[in-house]
Amino acid sequence: MTRHPLAKSLLIGLALFCVASNFAFAEKELRFCLRTEPKNFNPLQTSNEAEETIRYLTGGVLVRVNRQNQELEPELAESWKISSDGRQISFKLRTGVNFSDGTAFSAADVAYTMQQLMDPALHSPTGDAFRSGSGTVTAKVLSPDHVTITFPAPVAGLERLFDQVAILSSQSPKKEGAVLGPFYVADYKAGASVLLKRNANYWKKDSQGRQLPYLDAIHLDIQPNRDIELLHFRRGELDLINSLDSEYFDRLAAVSPTLVHDAGPSLDAEEMWFNEVARAPIPGYKRIWFRSTNFRRAIAQSINYEDLSRVVFKGHAQPAAGPVSPANKFWFNEKLKPYAYDPESALKLLAQDGFHLQNGVLQDKDGNSVEFSIITNAGNSYRERMAVLIQQDLQKIGIKVSVATLDFPSLIERITQSFNYDAAILGLTNVDLDPNGQMNVWLSSSENHQWNPSEKSPETAWEAEIDRLMRAQASAIDPPKRKESFDRVQAIVMEQAPFIYLVNKNALSAVSASVQGALPVILRPQTYWNADRLTLSTGAR
Amino acid sequence: MLAIRIARHLLSIAAIVLLGAFLSAVLVRSAPGFDTDEEQLDPRLSAASVSALRESHRQEHGLFRFYLSYLGHSLRGDLGVSRSLGQPVRGLLRDRVPATFRVVVTGLALGWLLALALGLTAALARTTAYDHATLIASGIFLCLPAAALALLSVLLNSPGYLGIALIVFPKVFRYMRNLLAKAYSLPHICTARAKGLSELRILGFHVLPVVAPELLALAGVSVSVAVGAAIPIETLCGIAGVGQLAWQAAIGRDLPLLVNITVLVTLVTLSANLGADVIGHILRSEGA
Amino acid sequence: MIRSLSSAFLLIVALFALFAGPLAPAHYTTQFREIPNAAPSRQHLMGTDDIGRDRFSRLLYGTRISLLLAPAAALLSTVLAALIGGLAGYLGGVWARCAMGFVDLFLSLPWLFLLIMVRGLLPLDISPVVSILITFLLLAILGWAASARILCAGASTLRQSGFLLQARASGISGIRLFAVHVLPNLRPILLAQFWISIPVFILSEANLGMLGLGVAEPMPSWGSLLREMEGMLSLSDGPWKLAPLVLLILVVSCFELALTKQEFAL
Repeated sequence: MTRHPLAKSLLIGLALFCVASNFAFAEKELRFCLRTEPKNFNPLQTSNEAEETIRYLTGGVLVRVNRQNQELEPELAESWKISSDGRQISFKLRTGVNFSDGTAFSAADVAYTMQQLMDPALHSPTGDAFRSGSGTVTAKVLSPDHVTITFPAPVAGLERLFDQVAILSSQSPKKEGAVLGPFYVADYKAGASVLLKRNANYWKKDSQGRQLPYLDAIHLDIQPNRDIELLHFRRGELDLINSLDSEYFDRLAAVSPTLVHDAGPSLDAEEMWFNEVARAPIPGYKRIWFRSTNFRRAIAQSINYEDLSRVVFKGHAQPAAGPVSPANKFWFNEKLKPYAYDPESALKLLAQDGFHLQNGVLQDKDGNSVEFSIITNAGNSYRERMAVLIQQDLQKIGIKVSVATLDFPSLIERITQSFNYDAAILGLTNVDLDPNGQMNVWLSSSENHQWNPSEKSPETAWEAEIDRLMRAQASAIDPPKRKESFDRVQAIVMEQAPFIYLVNKNALSAVSASVQGALPVILRPQTYWNADRLTLSTGAR
Repeated sequence: MLAIRIARHLLSIAAIVLLGAFLSAVLVRSAPGFDTDEEQLDPRLSAASVSALRESHRQEHGLFRFYLSYLGHSLRGDLGVSRSLGQPVRGLLRDRVPATFRVVVTGLALGWLLALALGLTAALARTTAYDHATLIASGIFLCLPAAALALLSVLLNSPGYLGIALIVFPKVFRYMRNLLAKAYSLPHICTARAKGLSELRILGFHVLPVVAPELLALAGVSVSVAVGAAIPIETLCGIAGVGQLAWQAAIGRDLPLLVNITVLVTLVTLSANLGADVIGHILRSEGA
Repeated sequence: MIRSLSSAFLLIVALFALFAGPLAPAHYTTQFREIPNAAPSRQHLMGTDDIGRDRFSRLLYGTRISLLLAPAAALLSTVLAALIGGLAGYLGGVWARCAMGFVDLFLSLPWLFLLIMVRGLLPLDISPVVSILITFLLLAILGWAASARILCAGASTLRQSGFLLQARASGISGIRLFAVHVLPNLRPILLAQFWISIPVFILSEANLGMLGLGVAEPMPSWGSLLREMEGMLSLSDGPWKLAPLVLLILVVSCFELALTKQEFAL
């Protein structure tokens, strides 16, 4: 062996080099799942969760809502100013920033992006959020790092809306392929996966001056089946599950408690409402019930919300106290409390409208037995179970409820077109903290005013009051004034109960031990909001 | 004459495919939820955007017009654009057919292999205990829901095809076992045994030929079963094939995609059964 | 011996189902919300489900529905297959070709939308009994096609067989010939169809529950009980949860063992 010491040391050196390079150059690839398929990669047209995930990871934005402390932070814009009338915002941009393909970033790109976004033919939720009034939106480039955007009418919560706008390049031949975010879309296998690779031109550096992101790639599997997602996670093939179901949470927690995170109540609520549409093909006497505030309040008092949270969500939810979750610290009206479970009080309230119990069956003043059906979407086991628990609760006050689960398109047809239903249970997913995003739910003339869409004029005094208050908060610039108006809206909603809010679900997630730097929060995206600072410890897989 | 028979079959295949495409369009169009889109529930969308969404569905309302335009375009190779995925149907099918083909063919082969193994050994062994045991074993797989089979196939690292095999095998086995049992009870078997022929020879020359027509029909039908099973198995296992596409299309009421998938499935079903018929005819004419 | 044992087992299961009322420790709707997902105990022989309902009671009540309706639907689909497939093969020629073309078309259409349409036409507060009857009727009407082809092939072969020629020669014809001489010889295929359809329909009924058809909550059926198994990733999650599956396998096996006269002749 010592006859060729040079060869031997070369061999050892080569071996050491191979070992070292395996550790040093091992691709740090984060893996998790998308539950739906992205239909397009245009960040201005995101309409489902998968597209929003890709936009978050690849898009560069002017300002960013810090998902942890809910404050607004500068990103591509170093500073910004909103005019006193709320119609104009001017940004001072960061200089020396390039897109992923090397094209320079300047104010012209911001102007171009806004022009594309506000194109009336686009019809995207992101763009529509800026549409405060009719008229065109103009963007003026004052200098390569200074841009002003003017809107026809004041936009409430204007600066926070820019968290959703990913800036496109006006010059790059790659169009939306050139990005400013920490990653770019490298590969897409339809139905199977999306591969994001590290953007070498990302402008952000950490406090030591090292360029972000730390990860080399993110691999997104398209996997709608949650059982298989959990299986892959347990096997170590996935690094995180962004939103975990409560029964999987408990199962994982039993085996590996350090991997699961319950960040507390999220912004999401589950709600039930009655069909109050005048032209609905339901019997007249049912319409009278559903349009009576006493009836709705009585139902709200007959549901055991604690049981819903405890039994259906295994304690990972809490009774809701209105349209805003307490997790929304600024906008939640602290004076509101969830409805207390009080069947006796409910029966008293019903008696005011002439309802009475006859042989254990509740009847209205004309002798009709109180029976109605609840529809919800199939495949969501939480809603199915909540409906069954509510069915049982209402049976105690003599109401017969039938539960029907429908496929989603049939459900949507019933609640938006044919109005052939009695009551429905669905959930509200809030991406935004600002209630202005829910404007179309509260305006009586809107299509999304679920219990009675597209009213020509408000059919009740309280709906007229809500219309007035929502318009007031939209045109006010001062946050405390806006909060005052919206607090009142929340109070009216709880009083009149057009929606019966059931629970606020907790934000549950799972992160594997090999991921470093993850801080699960309640705002979406819960686990990878700081993707540019996440890293993987090699060898721990 | 074989040639005339094949020509007649091909003509009837064309007619059936055209009829199938039309009927599937009728079914999809008439089912509730056709005009809807999950996106319209997003409260951030303005009224103009929601009505624009609704308008985009209106172009498919006229069924005859849609069907005729579809036929015209498909003759030129343009199979339309998928409404739910926003991509040309031709590209979608081209990307996904190989995956489904692999899964279905492997699953079918494995399913038949299992069925033949159990069925033929039961026929040769001819003990009641073994017979009952095989029936109960196939019964177990028949009773397992597709979700359980899909999970099993993922757990065993054989995504998709194991699930399809376990769905196909009990059905094929049951028919095969009954047909073989009946064939064994025919009088000429007794004669063959009396003449001293071996069991293997009896199986090969006196039993299988008797049940060949039904077994061939079974083979043709098992293709339908496998293709139908591909939909839940691919969806549950997360395999990017035509089955998963079909499920997404059904949920999204995607008319162009569904019509094309029906045409594809009809072609496969008809070809499989035509193949079985042709082989059966050849065997019969040879036998006669 | 095996046959009498299986028949006895089926009878016992049927009796349990029939007397589910007095035998069940709790009503199938009663929710013991303090003890959801409980393990088996003296009060709850098979524990409780996700919202605290007694699993044993739900199994008894569910058996009543599934045990009665699934075989009935299987019988109906077998009869349909015999009529369409068997008759087509027996008549042969252009009848057979048309019928088989129809069968192939039937196998390829997306019937899911018919089911969604039916659900859309039915009122939302339909009684659970009517809903489940309609569901199994639909399953029977949609489930006959696969075996029709095999029956057609079988009947075709019989058409040219010796004994049939002889029967025809002795003057028997038409319906009598078909019913008495052809159908009984198609029995192996018919029995296979019947036996396979029972679990297939029970599982399909559960899937139809996703469309709003099938059994409506809170009524249980084997299908809906089996669907609850979906979240189980391992047996350690509670092996007692497999009881509906085990019962289904046993019942299906007993049906087969009790009905099959044909064993491999020795």
